[in-house]
Amino acid sequence: MGTRTAVVGVGQTNHTSKRKDVNGQELINEAVKRALEDASLSLKDIDAIVIGNMDHFEAINVVDGWSVDGSGAFMKPIMKVTTGGSTGGTLGSCGYYHVASGLFDVVMAIGWEKNSESDTQAAISTCSDPILERDFFGGAIGPNAAEYAMYMKQFGATQEDAARVAVREHNNAVKNPYAHLRKLITVEDVMKSPMLCWPIKLLDSCPRSDGACAVIYASERKAPKIAARPAWVHATAVSHDYVYFGDYDWEKMPTCQATVDRVYQRAGITNPLRDVDVMELYLPFSTCGVVWMDFMRFCDLGEAPKLIRKGVFDMNGELPINPSGGVMSTNPIGATGLIRIGEAALQIMGKAGERQVSDVRTAMATAFGSCYWFEATVLRSTKP
Amino acid sequence: MERIAIVGVGQTKYERGKTKNFAELVYEVARKALDDAGMELSDIDNVVTTTNDFFDGRTIACMPIAEASGSYGRDATNVEGDGTLSAFYGLMRTLSGVYGTTMVTAHCKVSEGSPRKLFNQAFDPVYDRLLGMDAISSSALQARAYMHRFGITEGQCAKVSVKNHGNAKNNPYAHVALDITVEDVMKSPMLAEPIKRLDTSPISDGACAIILATEERAKKAARKPVWIKGVAHCTDAYRLGERDLTHSLPLETAAKKAYQMAGIKDPSREIHVAEVYDAFSYMELMWYEGLGFCGPGQGGQLIDNGATQMGGKLPVNPSGGVLSAHSVQVAGLARIAEAVLQLRGEAGRRQVPGAKVALAHGITGICAQTHCVWVLSN
Repeated sequence: MGTRTAVVGVGQTNHTSKRKDVNGQELINEAVKRALEDASLSLKDIDAIVIGNMDHFEAINVVDGWSVDGSGAFMKPIMKVTTGGSTGGTLGSCGYYHVASGLFDVVMAIGWEKNSESDTQAAISTCSDPILERDFFGGAIGPNAAEYAMYMKQFGATQEDAARVAVREHNNAVKNPYAHLRKLITVEDVMKSPMLCWPIKLLDSCPRSDGACAVIYASERKAPKIAARPAWVHATAVSHDYVYFGDYDWEKMPTCQATVDRVYQRAGITNPLRDVDVMELYLPFSTCGVVWMDFMRFCDLGEAPKLIRKGVFDMNGELPINPSGGVMSTNPIGATGLIRIGEAALQIMGKAGERQVSDVRTAMATAFGSCYWFEATVLRSTKP
Repeated sequence: MERIAIVGVGQTKYERGKTKNFAELVYEVARKALDDAGMELSDIDNVVTTTNDFFDGRTIACMPIAEASGSYGRDATNVEGDGTLSAFYGLMRTLSGVYGTTMVTAHCKVSEGSPRKLFNQAFDPVYDRLLGMDAISSSALQARAYMHRFGITEGQCAKVSVKNHGNAKNNPYAHVALDITVEDVMKSPMLAEPIKRLDTSPISDGACAIILATEERAKKAARKPVWIKGVAHCTDAYRLGERDLTHSLPLETAAKKAYQMAGIKDPSREIHVAEVYDAFSYMELMWYEGLGFCGPGQGGQLIDNGATQMGGKLPVNPSGGVLSAHSVQVAGLARIAEAVLQLRGEAGRRQVPGAKVALAHGITGICAQTHCVWVLSN
């Protein structure tokens, strides 16, 4: 068995649409400083660093080298990992495996993105095959719009069900000082917002943000000395789908099912609704907050709208999802998945401020991107 | 560190203008590594791939090779950087107790892009990029600084080129194998003073894969396991003006850590063969020094006295090194694969007889900002 590992520090920037006052390295450094402050550590305590983003958003090659002034990796080991939208989850896993290997005691994972410097959707389109699919793959929104259109037809879900998720996420974000979009909205506001790609409207959609997040992982030897209540990593898992979008099973999302099955099994979770106290899920569109609930094993296929209408995932519900406001309120893409892990850890550590869910012992975070890469991490207040 | 073995390796032939696509290249080496290990895909617990969105010319470049690497249906991740770093991450995942085996792949089709323009994107977009800086021009600055400080000559650098291009004749995977003299190197066209064409690595397409296994799982593999004794990586400052370009402190630091893990006190005696990342001929001399094969500034003497030739005290790059095949990101992983073949005694005509301890080395970034050092043993 590897070394037991916990999250002991979290730092993030105040995310916003354009950070013209800082360059990329400075943006990264804001998150790094806050994470070090949160853990009462200094840079000399960090044994290794992992960093990630999406190359084509800022057009900087070899980001691990370029970012050294911001990350503090001078004369330290640093490596870059990236898997598209799921990069943040990939980073968290990488930080975890660094420590779990027994080779490093304290490791910092950094995710960042300055989306304001890019044409995000144009860059994303180049993930598809240049000959067969690129000409008509219209960025990230199309596949999820099609997914929800099919779900509505099959199970009678409505646009209002998705709007209800959007309202939950946006209204939760009001209590998160780091969130990008912080505005109380109603289902009516969502329904009246401009249609982007039917049935997804503007307020059903995540923003593009500038921001960074840093999460510090520590070994069993160090963690209890650093954090009063470390968030112990119990399991991680990831799955991805095929190379060509045309090969996907759009009605089943096999990657979500495979990942959660594996992570629940590794963490000993038999009934996620009951066994997990809070989840930070990577839901890029409100529609995902409906459809994917089936595949998270919260309910039978097609039952998600009922749970949403009952408020099961609201702040005062049985399983609060995204107290932070989630991806719908904040989306610096390379950082987004790591923010989910950071927020889940803050919930365990009891440091989530106004967005704190009471008595969190088990928290789960996910990340999503590229060919339906689906990453999950389970954190607990107790050691594995 | 728990004992982790390399149980399978696979490489393509390196050449310019390969017609196979990314997935086909990765499939070729993943299949070869499985066959080499006597394993099937069902024996692989997780996969680490290596991509670069710039060289691959698409965003999320881990997508197109996902199925080919065997990661469908299992845990997977993706590193951007040299393959030695991907292998290091694979080692950490194998050590975590979660996985018993890890497949690590790297591929690159350098010929499909413009390597000089793509590497220019690694420079600061405001201050350096507009100067047209690239791998050759920045390395020329480093070469000149190093040569000036220690009195290293162009002729000594040329000897590295003669040695490695000659060694490449014994390596069926090598891209550029040449019978050349120091004079040929000196007369080859100047690219960026003092770097000439024959001091420079070629534009190569190719792929490499290795399979890591815990001691328990290595028992089931077909080949004699090669054990990982020590690994470390370390990164320098970003801006060239903030670095000592004449001596790589990160290399020295990574090497010392790897040697400490492996219990190596005198690397020049205890290491029997080394595969180092010689993107340019001067680099091999610098890396001799950083790796402790000789003292600072003595790289020139070491090549002069023949110690690193085949048959010398410490042969370096029997495969022909990166000077004879430079598939970016793959090249470091290929160094590991070559070291494994040496330790198994399966390196054919490039075999160093009786090699028991081997070193593999990778770099990434401007003027080798990051170094990764591996010590392996049979």
